[in-house]
Amino acid sequence: MDREVIIRADNIVKKFGDRTILSGISLDIYKGETFVIMGGSGCGKSTFLRHIIGALKPDSGKVHLLGKDLSSLNEDEMDKLRMKIGMCFQSSALFDSMSVGDNVSLGLREHTKLDKSVIDIVVKMKLEMVGLRGFEDMVPSQLSGGMRKRVGLARAIAMDPEIIFYDEPTAGLDPIVAGVIDKLIVDLSKKLNITSVVVTHDMKSVFSIADRVAMFYEGKVLEVGQSEQIRNSKNPMVQQFISGSPDGPIKFFRQKDDYLERLIA
Amino acid sequence: MNFFEKIGAVVLSVYSYIVDVTALFFDTIAWLIIGPVKRKSAKRAGIFYQMVFVGAGSLIITCFVAFFTGIVIAMQSAYQLGKFGANIYVAPMVAVSLARELAPVLTALVVAGRVGAAIAAELGTMKVSEQIEALETMALNPIRYLVVPRFLALLIMLPCLTILADIVGIFGGFLVGVFNLKLDPYRYMTFTFKYMAWKDVWTGLVKSVTFAVVISMIGCYMGLKARGGAEGVGRATTLSVVTSFILIILFDCILTGIFFFANQ
Repeated sequence: MDREVIIRADNIVKKFGDRTILSGISLDIYKGETFVIMGGSGCGKSTFLRHIIGALKPDSGKVHLLGKDLSSLNEDEMDKLRMKIGMCFQSSALFDSMSVGDNVSLGLREHTKLDKSVIDIVVKMKLEMVGLRGFEDMVPSQLSGGMRKRVGLARAIAMDPEIIFYDEPTAGLDPIVAGVIDKLIVDLSKKLNITSVVVTHDMKSVFSIADRVAMFYEGKVLEVGQSEQIRNSKNPMVQQFISGSPDGPIKFFRQKDDYLERLIA
Repeated sequence: MNFFEKIGAVVLSVYSYIVDVTALFFDTIAWLIIGPVKRKSAKRAGIFYQMVFVGAGSLIITCFVAFFTGIVIAMQSAYQLGKFGANIYVAPMVAVSLARELAPVLTALVVAGRVGAAIAAELGTMKVSEQIEALETMALNPIRYLVVPRFLALLIMLPCLTILADIVGIFGGFLVGVFNLKLDPYRYMTFTFKYMAWKDVWTGLVKSVTFAVVISMIGCYMGLKARGGAEGVGRATTLSVVTSFILIILFDCILTGIFFFANQ
């Protein structure tokens, strides 16, 4: 591979109390690709995402983002790096007290010296890209879930980031809106050559957007490879996850003790 | 857990709580000072917005409380002073007790209930709906962006509200003195200013500045620490009001003690 590594996670370990969430995750993500992290709820994929954006610090291991070691950066350097990434939150995380336009323009207003008229044009362009031109003056509470997600996306791309992170971009959306969001993700990475890292468990969207896929299970990387390679994986756990079958090597129940003992105790 | 373990747990949690709030306070001060130097100061519009909410928004309720407190002190002290035929001393009684004690404390309690709760609820909702995290990923520090404007607004507006409460409270006592006790209005006001020293006012203002720090820090801390959805926000709001109330009374006692013993 001669492609440039844009994110490198090196043996990340994270514990919350005595629960191990991530037990040694190593991954390389290349420039310009759409990388999907899939896995069941609680497998650590969102926690991993928070590590690569620097919101959480690993107990051990290193994260390199855009060639910089996150643990060696001070707050100002971290802020500079943060301006080069965009993040789409699961709950959109729009600022309720601001209009849609102000939400999208916040980063530009705070971090650049651009004139207001220029910022207005940029906001219009970004909203046009997500198909919401003319919604500048609405407030988030007037929007539907899918529209909020799209405004969140417009806000994430407002500063022309090099990497966009998506936390469950299609969760809780109807299939058509989910399809629209998937198409947007693909369009953005193809048109603007943005690296996309998507955390999801929506199988339909995984194979329509991914260049490469990693499957997480219990804080470990189970398998990582090209989209096709994962789809045709021989690993029964991966196959069970893709088909969504309740029976298989991945157990739904997580009991700490024996069920029978619990009942008769 | 046995009895001593329980005591230990409570002490430890209170201790870590004090450490965290103090750290937030120093962070806020640091942003206040280094913010302008690094050209990252809080936006003026944001501060003015908060000042309107804290100050103008609390005007009516503060005046209401102060007015009736003035009336009540006038009547209560007239009940005692009347026995000695010293009704005219109602005037300094009302003025001094308001300026030193009641105006700063009651105003702070009103503002803690109104503004402190609103801060905790707003920041708490932002926290549980990932908005605080969104600010951070946009390289906007929540302390600079959310805490500093609220802190400044309270720091400026609470003493202003306290002065207003002094005036309105004295006016309430004046009405009782003139219309009920039949005191001469001119004499009433002369007695008020004869016995109310400048020190009475500024010690009251020192208190209200301290209370402003308490209300803003507790409200912001509780909000930023909120977790667990709607229930968490509710808990943060309740805790911020209860804690602010307790701390206001506690700091009132400490400051009164300091002024009292420093004077000896």
